[in-house]
Amino acid sequence: MSSDTRRRKAAKIRHLLETEGESVHENTTHFNEERYDAVEEFDDYEAVRAEARAIKEDAIERLPELVETLRDSVEENGGTLYIADDAADANAYIGDVVDEAGGDTVVKSKSMTTEEIEVNEALEANDVDVWETDLGEFVLQVADEAPSHLVGPSLHRTTDDVADLFNRYFDPDEPFETAEQLTEFARDYLGDRIRAADVGMTGANFVLADSGTITLVTNEGNARKCAVTPDTHIAVTGVEKILPSLSDLGPFIELIARSATGQDISQYVSLFSPPTNSPTLDFEDPEAPAFETDGDRSFHLVLIDNGRLAMREDEQLRETLYCIRCGACANSCANFQHVGGHAFGGETYTGGIATGWETGVNGIESADEFNDLCTGCSRCVTACPVKIDIPWINTVVRDRLNHDHDSSEFDFLVEGLTPDEEPARLDLQKRAFGNFETMAKVGSKTAPVSNWILDSSPIRDGMDRLMGIDQRRELPSFRRESLVDWFAARGGNKVRSTDRTAVLYPDVYTNYVLVERGKAAVNVLESLGVEVIIPDVPGSGRAPLSQGMIDTAESKAKQVTDRLRRYIDAGADIVVIEPSDLAMFRRDYEKLLPARAFDMLSENSYEVLEYVFGLLENGAEADALSNADSRLAYHSHCQQRTLGLDAYTEAVFERLGYDVITSDVECCGMAGSFGYKSEYYELSMDVGSTLGDQFSDATDRTIVASGTSCSEQLTDLLSSDVKHPVEILAPDGR
Amino acid sequence: MATNVVAAFESSLGTLDVPCMSTTPDGFIEALTEYIELPAVGVPLGIEGISLEETDATLSPSSQQLVDAKTGITPAALGVAAHGSLLLQSSPTGTEPVSLYPPRHVAVVREGDIVPDVRDALEWLDGEFTDGRRSAVFATGVSATGDMGALVEGVHGPADVRVIIVEDR
Repeated sequence: MSSDTRRRKAAKIRHLLETEGESVHENTTHFNEERYDAVEEFDDYEAVRAEARAIKEDAIERLPELVETLRDSVEENGGTLYIADDAADANAYIGDVVDEAGGDTVVKSKSMTTEEIEVNEALEANDVDVWETDLGEFVLQVADEAPSHLVGPSLHRTTDDVADLFNRYFDPDEPFETAEQLTEFARDYLGDRIRAADVGMTGANFVLADSGTITLVTNEGNARKCAVTPDTHIAVTGVEKILPSLSDLGPFIELIARSATGQDISQYVSLFSPPTNSPTLDFEDPEAPAFETDGDRSFHLVLIDNGRLAMREDEQLRETLYCIRCGACANSCANFQHVGGHAFGGETYTGGIATGWETGVNGIESADEFNDLCTGCSRCVTACPVKIDIPWINTVVRDRLNHDHDSSEFDFLVEGLTPDEEPARLDLQKRAFGNFETMAKVGSKTAPVSNWILDSSPIRDGMDRLMGIDQRRELPSFRRESLVDWFAARGGNKVRSTDRTAVLYPDVYTNYVLVERGKAAVNVLESLGVEVIIPDVPGSGRAPLSQGMIDTAESKAKQVTDRLRRYIDAGADIVVIEPSDLAMFRRDYEKLLPARAFDMLSENSYEVLEYVFGLLENGAEADALSNADSRLAYHSHCQQRTLGLDAYTEAVFERLGYDVITSDVECCGMAGSFGYKSEYYELSMDVGSTLGDQFSDATDRTIVASGTSCSEQLTDLLSSDVKHPVEILAPDGR
Repeated sequence: MATNVVAAFESSLGTLDVPCMSTTPDGFIEALTEYIELPAVGVPLGIEGISLEETDATLSPSSQQLVDAKTGITPAALGVAAHGSLLLQSSPTGTEPVSLYPPRHVAVVREGDIVPDVRDALEWLDGEFTDGRRSAVFATGVSATGDMGALVEGVHGPADVRVIIVEDR
């Protein structure tokens, strides 16, 4: 990426932060909080997620067979099924159906799939009037904008925005001011159009193969009206929406509204097996009976392939097809919460899962625009009702983009010099961050000179220009004596124990930059009677993985496992300070290593405070740790939260009598390299401001964070020293 | 058990701000009179012992009557206790439009047709599907939208929903 491209990207993000950020933030965080509450009250949540996941896996596996079952059912009901290869095919078919119905007017309910094929434009080109009847979509139709969210397409707009828009566009006698006035106007305006329409078009959230049923999940009631008022009903949806039968629908009804908006169930969950036996409605003659029981209904189900069947064959993209379009991945994403779908989205789809959808249906170049906005924080992993590993899809697509990019003019500088497994044409910025371990090693060997050089303005200028490393960020300061060297120099372990040996994993940051927290961890563990070893072990591969450098990460994963195997075989536990590295061992390595190697490492690795908690539970003396009467403000780490480990740190603090307040934001906004990148610096700081605000009243407390990135971000935000929990607990304060 | 389910249903309706009352078949007309605003349209209830014949509700309305109606009266095949949902089965007599177009919907459900949760309702519906009645809507509370920047009730569907539970003999 050139520095011009970076500047353009930064400017676009800045503009969206200023214009849409506030409304997007309010609405997505509201949905997200409601989702947390709904899930907490839903006892069977995990079991139902597993059930839904299994049904989708099976349905996609059996898709060709289900399509044929569905065809029979729809035809038996008296409707027609059409499978469209692509957008043009779908639009041609829909155009013919509308034409045959003598249709001048089509009314639609909300459907992302019809956004994908741009059916409105296709119909309008044939002089058909098309009306969006979902109020959010109607706002966008008037504004001529694209949806910014899968569920709330216009949630980037406030009431005032919409009032201004409608006042200009419709020029009412009395200007609109309130949401009630706008809603009433839109309802009446669209009500007239629904009653006069020739064709109603809906999407379908789920399609049941053995009964020919479409399921529509809505809150307004417009989809019901569009489906039953006009004589002709066209339902357009993706071919992946098919479930075998009604008996499979339960978990999805239980999950979709909870995941989307935190409602237990949506206002209307319609199951229509059209043509339905509802009478057709005739509003043309006011005196005539409204219900024409002998009227003819016609129904067309248009299933769109448009790349989906190829996604089904693509091992990495396949699980995108399990998506039920609830938007939880967007609502739980810190970057999305701040900038919204007009930055975090491609041609059609928005949010974390959009990378999968865009790559599959619109092409990988559409995903290129926004893929980097996924920081891999993994908060969406627990939010997804069908357990899609969304960060992994983002990583895979990033890796494919790395291999796709045009050769850089600096290839000659790079090739042969870097220790990674990636192609020469890899973006320099990604290469730099992905190989942070190499930089740290060299930096440490030559510190403090390396730090002076890195801090000098000509070098920072060059780093900004060539690699997009923002000059407003302070670079990590490398330590001459690494943790591994310090440990060897002190003569290794000070405690000998026959019961418990821990290998303290020297992650790259702890080893070369934040050495104090490593020493504190040794101190804490030894105070609790644990024999500690710190061997020289390579980086976990987190840095390259975050840049989409999967081959490099895989090679690191193998090296780490090979190095640690002998200790695990000898009965040692692996203790990890940095949560993002533990997440590699416990989550990401599953994708990078053979199952047995992954199981071995994941089952024997612990986050350091999780380990301390276990030691205390098993009788270690809490008195051995520092319980100085200090007040703390603690920020857990996004990946630590996904793994459910934040509670251990809080429990240990509580046990030792600390007075602690905790943050509840999804992510600090730094996310490893993300906050260093000049195109994302402002977004990173904007995301961080939410965290900063939570601790703004905590100036009298010691700020504590588990992750390196979080510490850096909090240091920048609060201009305050930030400590790791082990530094608080270490008996002599270090 | 059955009483608990009815109580749960009533409690869920309460959370949704949906008024509800229980009545014997004999008290039905009186209960209905309290809940409807005229003009009203309705569909045959198909519930033994009660009927809309002697009420002011218009069955088989003209299109103008449907548009002008202040209340629509329909049966609900089931009530779902967990959420206060009403299962409205599509019918040739117009349950779908009558429950949808007028600003107030009054649903009539037999006490014995209240089930604990959505899974139970789907199980019952499975039998209906087998018998060819394959269209129905779970309607929960009033229609609503947040699309104009704040929550507004009463969009394309009713802004006012009321439930009459008819006690079993």
